[in-house]
Amino acid sequence: MAILDWAVTATFVILSLALVIIFIRLIKGPSLPDRVVALELIASLTVGFIATHAVATGMANFLDVAVVLALTAFLAAVGFARYLEKGGYRSDD
Amino acid sequence: MMIEWITALLLLTGSLLMLLAALGALRMPDLLTRMHATTKAGALGGGTMVVAAAVFFDDGAVTARALAIVVFIILTAPVAAHLIGRAGYFVGIPLWEGTLKDELKDRYDPETHTLASEEVKPSTPTEERKHDRD
Repeated sequence: MAILDWAVTATFVILSLALVIIFIRLIKGPSLPDRVVALELIASLTVGFIATHAVATGMANFLDVAVVLALTAFLAAVGFARYLEKGGYRSDD
Repeated sequence: MMIEWITALLLLTGSLLMLLAALGALRMPDLLTRMHATTKAGALGGGTMVVAAAVFFDDGAVTARALAIVVFIILTAPVAAHLIGRAGYFVGIPLWEGTLKDELKDRYDPETHTLASEEVKPSTPTEERKHDRD
């Protein structure tokens, strides 16, 4: 069990580091599509967090949350893309 | 015992791929190269970690759910990346100064949102795409 405990802790640390790094990109931008890309990566990072948490607690029900989150993230990306194309802020204005 | 080692390996691989995706998104010079990093490494990392959960629980129902997540990620990640990249290009994001080929240049009409198979007209200076980094 020791190896798995160690691996779960290390995974949480690495994922948190990745979350911090991508958050820098989310703040810096510089354009709206860059931020949408950062938000998408945050969503898939969260799917990874949920999977790791399911392993850590031994509760498989958490994977249902991951399903829903993956679905919502995709819908959000489609919505953002549509908003960008049909009348958002344009960086060449 | 074996299952724990495989789970640990898959978890660490997935999280390192995620870290790679985040680093790529931070370090790459423009939107399209950033998406190149996040879409591929991010989708592979997320899928690997969900597979790790499937291996850990070793149960039919959980494996089916994990498989559904993996298939969903593989199906939607390229579609979402295509949509955002397309929208970003049409909105006019600056391309990296080292970009060698821009095949959509002069073929996209921003008024009618149509793409032509050949160059429609010589672009006026205001329509010239900016190749400098913001």
